[in-house]
Amino acid sequence: MTTVLFFVFAAAALGGALGVVLSRNPVHSALWLVQTLLSVAVFFLLQDAELVAAVQVIVYAGAIVVLFIFVIMLLGVDRHESLEDPVKVQRPAAIALGALVLAEIVFLAGHEWATGARTARGAPIEGGTGAFADYNNIERVAHVMFIDYMWAFQITAGLLVVAVVGAIVLARRSGERPEGQEPGTPAPERAGPESGSGQRPDDAAVEEPVGEGAT
Amino acid sequence: MLQRAEILGVRDFYRDYFAVAVLIGAALLMVGAMLGAGRLIRPVRPQAEKYVTYEAGSDPVAGWGQSNARYYIYALLFLIFDVEAVFIFPWAVGLEGLGTFGVVEMTVFIVLLALGLVYAWRKGVLRWA
Amino acid sequence: MIGGGIDTGTRIVGPDVDFLAIGPVLALAVAALVVILVRAILRKRGPVNQISLGVGLAGVAAAGVLLGIQWNEVRDDGTITTIAGAVRLDTFGVFLGVVVLAATAMSLFLAASYLEREELEAPEYYALMLLSAAGMLTMTTANDLIVVFVALELLSIPLYVLAAFDRRRLSSQESGIKYFVLGAFSSAVFLYGIALTYGATGTTSLTGIADFLSANTLFEQGTLLAGLALLLVGLGFKVAAVPFHMWTPDVYQGAPTPVTAFMSSATKAAGFAALLRLLGVAFPLYRTDWRPAILGLAVLSLAVGSIAAVIQTDVKRILAYSSIAHAGYILIGLQVDTARGRQASLFYLLVYAFMTVGAFAVITVATRKGDDKHSLDDYRGLALRRPVVGGLLGFFVLAQAGVPLTGGFVVKLEIFSSAVDAGEYGLAIVGVLAAVVAAFIYLRIAVALFTSPGGEAADASEDRPVDRWTAAVLAVTTAAVLFAGILPGAWLTFAKDATFL
Repeated sequence: MTTVLFFVFAAAALGGALGVVLSRNPVHSALWLVQTLLSVAVFFLLQDAELVAAVQVIVYAGAIVVLFIFVIMLLGVDRHESLEDPVKVQRPAAIALGALVLAEIVFLAGHEWATGARTARGAPIEGGTGAFADYNNIERVAHVMFIDYMWAFQITAGLLVVAVVGAIVLARRSGERPEGQEPGTPAPERAGPESGSGQRPDDAAVEEPVGEGAT
Repeated sequence: MLQRAEILGVRDFYRDYFAVAVLIGAALLMVGAMLGAGRLIRPVRPQAEKYVTYEAGSDPVAGWGQSNARYYIYALLFLIFDVEAVFIFPWAVGLEGLGTFGVVEMTVFIVLLALGLVYAWRKGVLRWA
Repeated sequence: MIGGGIDTGTRIVGPDVDFLAIGPVLALAVAALVVILVRAILRKRGPVNQISLGVGLAGVAAAGVLLGIQWNEVRDDGTITTIAGAVRLDTFGVFLGVVVLAATAMSLFLAASYLEREELEAPEYYALMLLSAAGMLTMTTANDLIVVFVALELLSIPLYVLAAFDRRRLSSQESGIKYFVLGAFSSAVFLYGIALTYGATGTTSLTGIADFLSANTLFEQGTLLAGLALLLVGLGFKVAAVPFHMWTPDVYQGAPTPVTAFMSSATKAAGFAALLRLLGVAFPLYRTDWRPAILGLAVLSLAVGSIAAVIQTDVKRILAYSSIAHAGYILIGLQVDTARGRQASLFYLLVYAFMTVGAFAVITVATRKGDDKHSLDDYRGLALRRPVVGGLLGFFVLAQAGVPLTGGFVVKLEIFSSAVDAGEYGLAIVGVLAAVVAAFIYLRIAVALFTSPGGEAADASEDRPVDRWTAAVLAVTTAAVLFAGILPGAWLTFAKDATFL
């Protein structure tokens, strides 16, 4: 039955991946990607990695794909991109890289790890002495993340604050709303470059920067 | 932990996820039932207008329009708080073993992120103007 | 797994937290958060800038005091390891912390007038710079690869934003995007290196890796060596070592000049902190494997940094290439892998921070409107028109060239003699040759400063006055570079005390 599940979702993952590459519409590609990512989440479940599966769904199938869709919508899907590569070597290079990664995965899968973890299902994570021998997978991750890696975790909070501030600084429409402006009233549209002789230089004319991905 | 794998084995995997499967089945059944019932009861009077995609009252022009760059900041904010959720999830499951220390830790984390949210809010990013 | 405090009962308590060890990081982070909060609450423009700067400088001062306390504590009582082994406070970490903090303080000073002049959003700028500095201080004391990675991100992501901070200038936007894309890529490479290293050793702790490798002989070396190589690539990017330097000229040129000053001084120190720790603490047993790699990086950085600078015509780009070459000199100290070599590298990082900040400080005031005219032609005759400003720029480039009586000479001498001491004659010769080639371009800048521009006479009224903040930075950097050149003894002792890892 596990094998059946595996093959069903393996087919789904592969089909989704093919869909990503072969779809003409980039939005469809993104949706196919969701299928692949969800299938991979099922693989994680089959490997007893519940937390990774949840993260896969929350972050990848959720946040990352949303980000993709936003970028696609930002660029506009109407424009029919020609499928001709401007750089000719791209496609063979991509195939070569893919083959390399595949070889690497196959190689690493047969590898003995010093962590004691093996890649096949059924090999439990080593460790778990004393107090948390009967803890489940997620509780152990929680322990490692919030006790052993507490410092790194707290720095992550700072990192996310940086992401918020950075994104706002870069992606806001026109740098700064005139100060003292009541929040309710809309900012006066800048009349144009000719009106800006005495004011601060007009940055509304600057093209929107794409902003800051924060992963 | 070795014992767990031996005791649980493959069969328990299904017991663990049986509930999930049942829920998925129930969800499919419910949606199917509701839509099916609607289909049986409702009158059918096809009009071309009804098949036009609803897009906030404006005419959906052929294909997809280009969206405003301002939406992007929402995507980024969503992403950031999504990541926060990812951290809270294992914390909530393992809270019993983390004790007071864990509570303090997560409080600091959430307060820091709330600070980011306050900043975004006061900068007027969350307001649609 | 690192030993978190596990009680005998079911109750699990948190790890010990030594607040002194993380004090400087906390001081900077709290200052940054206060700035963000002030900005969010007050919103008004006028006082907010002053308050932000005040809070930022207070944070830096507090961090400085804490570093001083740390130094005495650690030098007398030895290394402190805390937070489940994630933080390791030793004299080495404190030393580079001082370098980072000095660079941060000077960059804040430079920014104070620059932001006003270019009408940029000051509070966000200060907050991002402080958070970046907090990441750097985290890096200098990190004893765990995960912490190194998170610190790397915390120092980089604000820098991406800061590089693109002047959104009206296309070159600034371009530099931000370029730095971001390449930086994210290098972070991914670094992360992969962590994964492979963890797979091979079963721990992410730097001391843990060393313990594991001394207790076990690995049957297969491949995974570990691949991991180590990827870690070197990731850090090589941060310190701008060839062949991972491609971003440097464009980013240095496009970023606002105070940001460039900060990047070239503080980021380099933080990157080398991680590099020295990684090689010295985690992989001392693999020195036969990593020394050739570092040798390659050093030689390439020296060659490319010195030769490519010669064909540049933009002063900021020239300084970018020279920063690549300086990374090469510092790498020599790593490569020889002796106490003297490490001492020379640390000393170099300290003095280089002052030389480069000084040079960029002059650049912030040397040119006219905007921040985009930095070609050699724009600087022609600067020393004739404005003797002090032009003379100082000449002083700093000559110091970078390694002219005697400046700090630049002493640090190069230290590096070369450490290489000769260790029998690395070839490397020393390459270093000297690179210095000779680079001297050419530094001389070209100096000559341009003192030759009359010809053509239309420059309008002196457009010249920027040197404001108090910049003047303070110039005074400090000049004094430091001269002091290091004439009386290097005290500095060397400082670096020596910081050398043992």
